[in-house]
Amino acid sequence: MSRKIFVLCISDSREKLQMAAMVASVAAASGDEVTVFFSMNAMLHFVKGRATEAAAEGEFGRLMAADKGVPSFKQLFAYAADLGDAKLLPCSMAVDLLKASAEDLDPVLGPPTGLTRFLSDAEGAQLFTF
Amino acid sequence: MSEMRIIDARDTFCPGPLMELISYMKRASVGDEFELLSTDKGSVNDIPEWIKKVGHEMLGSEQVEGVWHIKVRKAK
Repeated sequence: MSRKIFVLCISDSREKLQMAAMVASVAAASGDEVTVFFSMNAMLHFVKGRATEAAAEGEFGRLMAADKGVPSFKQLFAYAADLGDAKLLPCSMAVDLLKASAEDLDPVLGPPTGLTRFLSDAEGAQLFTF
Repeated sequence: MSEMRIIDARDTFCPGPLMELISYMKRASVGDEFELLSTDKGSVNDIPEWIKKVGHEMLGSEQVEGVWHIKVRKAK
């Protein structure tokens, strides 16, 4: 049976972004209804001209950055959307604060969405925070 | 019955091999068969779990010279 899974992604650490993308891609590809909400520093990776390299928190982040066999978190989020119809939503507050236009946003993202809407949709469902 | 297609996912880590397999299976027809090559030990346990969960058919799994060969049939 399909579950509803919500992922709140706020950190720009490589480890947290990678784990969030792994949860989103595997759950979406397994038939779960997945929604990912990006805010705070996590948003920087999805806006043109902002951060391009996620900082490693520790040894694992460095290992993943050095090994070409580890799929990138951006590739995994794209898999979640393409293979499992996951919704990848940018936080409207973050979009406003970054003064990002629609053209600045990564095309994998859905429409800017407010926190109220996200929390309302996530009510009673499983929520993961990274 | 169609010919078994090889998906080479060697030297990629979890969930790379699973995503590769799903990419191919999504575009395939019911009855198509795939042989996934993987060197990631975690995927050897994870992929049969995914196949069972979504309702495809596991045809077999064997390790040959450090490479896992996982055979799957699209069932729906």
